[in-house]
Amino acid sequence: MSRKLSRRTFMAGTAAAGAAATTFNFPAPAIAQGAPFKIGLLTVKTGPLAQGGIQMEQGLSVFLKEKNNTLGGRKIELIVADTGGNPAGAKTKAQEVIERDKVNVILGPLAAFELLAITDYVRDNKTPLLSIAAAEDVTQRKANPFVIRPSATSAQCCHVMGDYASKDLKYKRAATISEDFAFGYEQMSGFQRVFEDNGGKVVKKLWPPLVTPDYTPYIAQIKDVDCVFNGFAGSNPVKFMRAYADLGLKAKIPLLSGWTAMDDALLRSVGDEAIGVLSAAWYSADGPTASNKRFVAAMAKEFNVLPGGYSAGMYVAGQCVEAAIQKLGGKSDDRVALAEALHAVSLADTPRGPVKFDKLGNVIGDVFIRKVEKKDGKLVNTIVKRYPSVSQFWTYQEAAFLAQPVYGRDAPPAKNLEQ
Amino acid sequence: MTLWLTLAVNSIALGGLLFLLSAGFSLIFGLMRIPNLMHGSFFMLGAYFGVTLLDNRIGMNFWAAALVSALAMAVIGGLVERFLLRRLNGQELPQVLLTLGLSFIIADVCLMIWTGDPWQPPTPDHLRGVLQVAGVYFPYFRLVIVLVAVVIAVALWLMVDWTRLGAMIRAGVDDAPIARVVGIKVSQLFTLVFALGAALAAFGGVIGAPYLSVYPGLDAEMLPLALIVVILGGTGSLLGALVGSFLIGFLYNFGQAMFPDLAYVILFLPMLLVLVLRPQGLFGRVMT
Repeated sequence: MSRKLSRRTFMAGTAAAGAAATTFNFPAPAIAQGAPFKIGLLTVKTGPLAQGGIQMEQGLSVFLKEKNNTLGGRKIELIVADTGGNPAGAKTKAQEVIERDKVNVILGPLAAFELLAITDYVRDNKTPLLSIAAAEDVTQRKANPFVIRPSATSAQCCHVMGDYASKDLKYKRAATISEDFAFGYEQMSGFQRVFEDNGGKVVKKLWPPLVTPDYTPYIAQIKDVDCVFNGFAGSNPVKFMRAYADLGLKAKIPLLSGWTAMDDALLRSVGDEAIGVLSAAWYSADGPTASNKRFVAAMAKEFNVLPGGYSAGMYVAGQCVEAAIQKLGGKSDDRVALAEALHAVSLADTPRGPVKFDKLGNVIGDVFIRKVEKKDGKLVNTIVKRYPSVSQFWTYQEAAFLAQPVYGRDAPPAKNLEQ
Repeated sequence: MTLWLTLAVNSIALGGLLFLLSAGFSLIFGLMRIPNLMHGSFFMLGAYFGVTLLDNRIGMNFWAAALVSALAMAVIGGLVERFLLRRLNGQELPQVLLTLGLSFIIADVCLMIWTGDPWQPPTPDHLRGVLQVAGVYFPYFRLVIVLVAVVIAVALWLMVDWTRLGAMIRAGVDDAPIARVVGIKVSQLFTLVFALGAALAAFGGVIGAPYLSVYPGLDAEMLPLALIVVILGGTGSLLGALVGSFLIGFLYNFGQAMFPDLAYVILFLPMLLVLVLRPQGLFGRVMT
């Protein structure tokens, strides 16, 4: 008897939850002229990647609030879908927002493997997508007219760091360390290529697995180099930096990093061991533009956080959508025209500085070299150098760049490795 | 040479932490036959409690925070056993599903409360710094972890081998029905051991937080390590958990340094070999 009762209560509970979810999914019709312009945000709200996903949603919500939920005179309806941070989830949610919600544009997803799972699908369904995922080939050898990237490719900032380390810092010998997956390979190879083309040598490349409780065994192998370049992402940089400092290397070998490893939003999670770390990033909370000042203030007010690349990326994506709607006027429901208009967007004032796109859909924008400093008891990234209008091809010729295989673990091959 | 020394010390430190994690898992599995898939969640939740208590707003002493967190986890563990697992006595599949489901729930609740940002408490002031011997750096804190693990291992051993309570636990592990017949309240023992296991995991979580940090997914990283240790060492055997922990600590550190491409193979291969050749584990006894 008691079992029966408990099952019934359970059923009632699920029914109630289902009802709640239903009301949540169907917002009251917007009272505006014409149908709303629908934005589908593919983000990650559960699981290990949720940190970046939550920041994406915060950045976009700050943007829409600033614009009073109206872009280019059109009311916006935002549909947020949680992919769970995996390719299958991304595919399901992409189908949901395209086929059921009939969104005009998709923002997201977060991770490269999620993006790769849906690029063909959005092309077949002619729905423009502005992603923050970094997989190089999405805007290179496998470019797709419906995918636009306002953030950066994996190597876009790392090329810059390779240049800065060799020319400005005059480092000759470097070790690289990053997760053993595509984002790591692409970052490290980008750094290595420019660093070695400028006369430097990458003498050691270390690849810890994505899940590594303790980095000590890897760090202990680093010796006899001028700098260590790391490309960690998520929560890994926090662990890595503590171990790096614990082993006494911080005082001896300077640490350089890609954007995810020293993202502004991560600074409140790291300790003083991060002071002095240099990073190359396409966004910096320290950036001087007017829209960035507004953005940083709004993020502090709404969520009490210092925004990083994930939030800023969605704010910039929102600005791109706005510019495209303004340009198209009454025709913004035409998704093919929207994709073309997005490629042609050119903005002078975004939180990351001026933004325009190459014909493959990847951003051409500023990249900053920043240094972690402590100001008023808080860690902040301070810009030490700005590289204007950096393309995904760095200074290489596009055709020659694309003729090479995509960056990989051993592509281009490292010729100067030492035991 | 310095590389090997650093790795050796680090292996021992990781082993210490793994022991705190897996001792409880081993006892729970040995006594209750419950494959507790939420053990990683105990570790993570305990670590989250710890970093909250250590946060500037509360600013508790490091060791006090570890103890309070362990106590809180003991209460939670006890409640889970008493009100949920108790009903599934002897049914392994429902137990697996229940603990797995709870671990997902705990992970999502943690995400809601502590957000997705990684938390890393600073190393306690009095334990900061490194001991430098012959050009090799040994962070004090890791040496302390080893010390704490050894103290707890000895305490557990004394309890299990030399107290009345320990004798009852051993009786329960060996043959629960007979233990009941001679008047041992096995069900109370179950609750106690489960709470103790949860507390040990939470304690390990707090102690490990300054260098592992706490973040969503930590639970899923720690659970397989606990499984490997216990399968290697043998379930229900504290000595097995201790030896297994240090074995894995060494395999992990040296394996990753010498054969970085085979990191997981080196970790899991010994487990496979033990499963095939000696299913009861290195120090386990054949269950009847």
